[in-house]
Amino acid sequence: MTTDAATPGTRPPRLDTGPVGWMKKNLFATPTDSVLTLIGLYLIYVLLGGFIDWAFLRATWTGTDGKACTWEGAGACWPFIWNKLGLFMNGRYPDAERWRIYLTYALALGGLVPLMVPGVPGKLYLSLYMLLVFPVLAFILLTGGIFGLPAVDTQLWGGLLITLVVACVGIAASFPLGILLALGRRSKLPIIKWASIGFIEIVRGVPLVTMLFFASVMLPLFLPENVTFDKLLRALIGVALFSAAYLAEVIRGGLQAIPRGQLEAGDALGLSYPQKMGLIVLPQALKLVIPGIVNSFIALFKDTSLVLIIGLFDLLGIVQQSVQSDAKWFSPSTSTTGYFFAGLVFWIFCFGMSRYSASIEKRLGAGDRR
Amino acid sequence: MTDLPISVEKPRRSIVDMIYDPATRGLIFQVLLVVALFALGYEIVTNTIANLKKQNIASGFDFLGRTAGFDIGQRLIDYAPTDSYLRAFWVGLCNTLLVAAIGIVFATVIGFIVGIARLSQNWLISRLALVFVEVVRNMPPLLTLFLFYFAFLKTLPGPKQSIQLPFSSVLNVRGLSLPMPIWQPGSWLIPVALAIGIIASIVVGRWASARRIATGQQFPVLWTTLGLIIGLPLLAFLAAGLPVTFDYPVLKGFNYQGGLVILPEFMALLIGLTIYTASFIAEIVRSGIQGVSKGQKEAAAALGFRPGLAMRLVVLPQAMRIVIPPLTNQYLNLTKNSSLAIAIGYPDLVSVFAGTVLNNTNQAIECIVITMGVYLVISLVTSFFMNWFNTRMALVER
Repeated sequence: MTTDAATPGTRPPRLDTGPVGWMKKNLFATPTDSVLTLIGLYLIYVLLGGFIDWAFLRATWTGTDGKACTWEGAGACWPFIWNKLGLFMNGRYPDAERWRIYLTYALALGGLVPLMVPGVPGKLYLSLYMLLVFPVLAFILLTGGIFGLPAVDTQLWGGLLITLVVACVGIAASFPLGILLALGRRSKLPIIKWASIGFIEIVRGVPLVTMLFFASVMLPLFLPENVTFDKLLRALIGVALFSAAYLAEVIRGGLQAIPRGQLEAGDALGLSYPQKMGLIVLPQALKLVIPGIVNSFIALFKDTSLVLIIGLFDLLGIVQQSVQSDAKWFSPSTSTTGYFFAGLVFWIFCFGMSRYSASIEKRLGAGDRR
Repeated sequence: MTDLPISVEKPRRSIVDMIYDPATRGLIFQVLLVVALFALGYEIVTNTIANLKKQNIASGFDFLGRTAGFDIGQRLIDYAPTDSYLRAFWVGLCNTLLVAAIGIVFATVIGFIVGIARLSQNWLISRLALVFVEVVRNMPPLLTLFLFYFAFLKTLPGPKQSIQLPFSSVLNVRGLSLPMPIWQPGSWLIPVALAIGIIASIVVGRWASARRIATGQQFPVLWTTLGLIIGLPLLAFLAAGLPVTFDYPVLKGFNYQGGLVILPEFMALLIGLTIYTASFIAEIVRSGIQGVSKGQKEAAAALGFRPGLAMRLVVLPQAMRIVIPPLTNQYLNLTKNSSLAIAIGYPDLVSVFAGTVLNNTNQAIECIVITMGVYLVISLVTSFFMNWFNTRMALVER
């Protein structure tokens, strides 16, 4: 028997649609899944519950010293953070001069934000501003000593300021050296090639801590007697040399992705090596490796915390110093609160940058897929 | 008909032509680089000699033979303050290798579990794994170390209020004390039995795989191997009449004496390095598994593999090919990051040699060069080994 009438559609079983269906499919598909889900729920209950309890319910919100946070079962000690916020952000930079730090941040954001947002015009001028004008402005503002700005010794710098300065200067200073090393490693000239490979592999083979030791105790011995560097500059040299080797490998990846034809076309036009590299290969290669560069920057940003080993107080270093040796704020929960705060700041920066790098990667990928 | 004179005149080479010749130019640049490097080296050497003389610092490696005069909290080989600096160097190196080796094992296991969990069909489990990865890898490893060391392990109760754990172990601010096995005469049977077990399982494994290729019949290799490797030594242990006693930690005065003490510095370093590296390994494993084409999984399902079996026998072996090179990098990173030990006072190579020995002898150049050299050798040896392993894996593939 046949029929022309359409069979009336049957609804899917109630339990397979809507929130219940979603749960059935994604949380309780098999007995093992159900057990895992229950374990997961228990973990969330313990961790999230414990965190809310510690950070809000049992937290101390006001107080002027560690005694306020010393009671049975006390959670986070927030007044410690409010009280030390200025120190954690700027170190012992004089209060009256801190506007200079904030102005520097504003100038950096003014250049960076439009650069990072796709579709904003004038990228060339913005890049020139960030590469040439901003570093000079930042140097004048932060160190002072001219234009009527009182000089601020780098020994007074600290906290997030040092973290940002070391990471940004480290990556910026390592950029030219990284490009040269990457080109050198791909060069056909044996001495240049092997010198580059030697530098890159030696630096990548040793921990940053030993590079910092190198910069802080060996470098002064290498210099003529009357030349001395301050501690921050030595750390910057160590960090820049270290990061140059990693950046060189990132850039090499980009150079390898440029087809040979591009170079041959340059040859056909009669361009010299610097012209071929500077006008044809590097602009394409660097654009390709922006995500890699951002990832290097994230790694460097996290690694700046190591400068505390050679006696500079970056964000983590200054938090560590405050929780360990400030007797006024001594309490059982001070250290946990301090580390939580430092971790949160680092996390916000690194997570933000990694999302940005992922979004560029997606955009570059979209171009490739066309 | 006259022969036309064929001009065989060589092209004239002026100085200008020479400069524009790529080969000559390359040579000039290289000579310039060599000259510059030599000039830099000469400058550094003369400055250093002058500085060392002025500051009255000795040079050379004679100091390695002198008495160290300081104690080291954790040692795998015998060491006393009367031993030489060279001995202290070996103690530090062993400590570095110990924490790196154990860290690598734990980080691999946790990393693989989290990486596979990231791809779980269970929404909650995959989200939890994602949160773990994103939280841990976006924070400096030093911070994780500090958190575990200063905020947890250093706030544990003192010896008298120690936390009692199973098997007479105790946990307190001085560390974790475990009962230490002391082997009695007759226990030599156990390693012998273990060796026999390992050899026998290799033989069985070869035979089983040859038989599988020839006939397609499966043999329970895993259970046989486990039985041989665990069962044989266990039998030997029983046959020798339980030749072991335990040295239990006992509270004497203000501290626990005896037993095997695991320092809080070691625990903090191990936990910090493990979870930091595990978060990176998890991402590597996830991308490796996602890099195996979907058809492989579907083909396995079509052949009737359960999802767990398909993962183990089909997907993971292929994913390993993608995973191994970045995994090697992570192992090296973990080893290099173990130098963070200096920040919490675990006596690793950097903290013993580039820290204490350098401060005692002032011989910065020798100490830093030796320390860097050791890490460089570790890096190179590991890369060579992993490259060899990688080529083997790749060849086995297809």
